[in-house]
Amino acid sequence: MIRFENVTKRLGRRNVLDGFDLEIKAGETFVICGPSGMGKSVTLKHMVRLLTPDSGHVWVGDDCVSEARGKELERIRARFGVLFQSGALLEWLTAGENVGLPLREHTDKGDEEIDTLAREKLRMVELEDAFDKHPSDLSGGMRKRVALARAIITEPEIVLYDEPTSGLDPVTSRTIDELIDNLRKQLGITSVVVTHDLHSALAIGNRIAMLNYGKAVEVSAPEEFMKSTNSVVRGFLEAQYITRRGAWEKGLKV
Amino acid sequence: MLFEATLFIPLALTKRRRSEVFNQLYITGIKSLGVITVVAAFTGMILALQTGLELRRFGLQQNIGTAVTVVMMREMGPFMTALIVAASVGSAIAAQVGTMVVSEEVSALEIMSINPVRFIVLPRLIALAVMMPILTIYTNILGVAGGALVGATQLQVSFQAYIDNAQLYAQNKDLYVGLLKAFVFGIVIATTACHQGFVTTEGAVGVGQATRRTVIISFLTILVLGYMLTRVFYR
Ligand SMILES: Nc1ncnc2c1ncn2[C@@H]1O[C@H](COP(=O)(O)OP(=O)(O)OP(=O)(O)O)[C@@H](O)[C@H]1O
Ligand SMILES: [Mg+2]
Repeated sequence: MIRFENVTKRLGRRNVLDGFDLEIKAGETFVICGPSGMGKSVTLKHMVRLLTPDSGHVWVGDDCVSEARGKELERIRARFGVLFQSGALLEWLTAGENVGLPLREHTDKGDEEIDTLAREKLRMVELEDAFDKHPSDLSGGMRKRVALARAIITEPEIVLYDEPTSGLDPVTSRTIDELIDNLRKQLGITSVVVTHDLHSALAIGNRIAMLNYGKAVEVSAPEEFMKSTNSVVRGFLEAQYITRRGAWEKGLKV
Repeated sequence: MLFEATLFIPLALTKRRRSEVFNQLYITGIKSLGVITVVAAFTGMILALQTGLELRRFGLQQNIGTAVTVVMMREMGPFMTALIVAASVGSAIAAQVGTMVVSEEVSALEIMSINPVRFIVLPRLIALAVMMPILTIYTNILGVAGGALVGATQLQVSFQAYIDNAQLYAQNKDLYVGLLKAFVFGIVIATTACHQGFVTTEGAVGVGQATRRTVIISFLTILVLGYMLTRVFYR
């Protein structure tokens, strides 16, 4: 579904992506993790052409997003819903208006219908009460959930989540995990999730990639991921007290 | 950006988007009204006092009505209003747009294929272009009133004599040229503020820079353009 072919991108003084290859399959939940500043957000931004590779190509299905322009780019972007790391809600609109914005701009739906749909999505992220509140009156975690509701309101084929659970309490985090998992199971949505939280990565990911210095150093299903001998992967697992299979399933600290 | 924005003007006036324009009109007016009131009144008073004192040496102080009114309408009204609006509204727009860039809100709009120029720039551009002439009329009225007050209390020019004198010599052209200037200044401020906001990089520091640049660039442009417009209409 999404394919990175030998992508190199220089930002600041170094190659954040350096001969980067990656393939994400249709209908899977693909998790990207890696140390801070290693290019996880940069990778997501390439998928919707907020960044353009210096060399190499990024494909979405049969469309080369890294070379698309104008209407074609709009069409490709319409296949995506994106949850930004910072939420990126518009401050002067209420939560409900933010969630309904994509529909208001691009469909002929009436205001009432849009409000109903927005409310429904806000209920999915357990924030129905926030409908009339402005982003400045919401906590960081709440803003992120509103942004998540906005990302899925157009029912896109592919949803990109940049750290959907960072800043959330563990209980809400699991609710979001379930939401992402249900979107895949029920609607067959392809999800790309960037997270540091290996507990949720292992729980919802069909495959997990570890990014380090411009390359994916490990790409595997959760079972193999846990057995990986890669030192960065081991470091991540051990830092989150996941030292043997089954530990995360029972929620035990071992 | 300005050109692109004008293409979207019909769109901005459709039902769904009109509210945002009104919202911006309201913000523009309210944000600057307090300062404008004080500045306008005192500008008129200072003008009256300075010219009045000079004119009195020649026994011509009854002409301050014309002096204040013409100078306010042609020059000081639009100029003072523009400086205040640039400093209060322009800087706020730059900060807001800059923050939107830094916090990925503009990226989010791009993903949703919502044109940021249409969505962010246009309502502000229309609001400033409409509001500047209105605020300038307000400035003119207060300035002329301030002048009348000084005339009556310090220069022994009665209120009636002041008004009669002003009506005798001030022309409609003075008013229209002033309002045209105000309109142009409004566009200058909105364009500068939005542009500086959009090119913001590097977080909060960048937002600060965008704000400062907006004020400086607007001030200079207003000065130079103001002179050039005066040259075009009065020679
Ligand atoms: N627009 C930009 N200009 C210059 N450098 C950038 C830009 N965007 C990102 N970078 C750099 O690219 C690197 C990767 O950034 P990225 O945001 O992808 O990190 P990340 O893996 O998402 O980290 P985190 O977990 O902290 O979000 C960082 O070193 C960052 O400084
Ligand atoms: Mg990131």
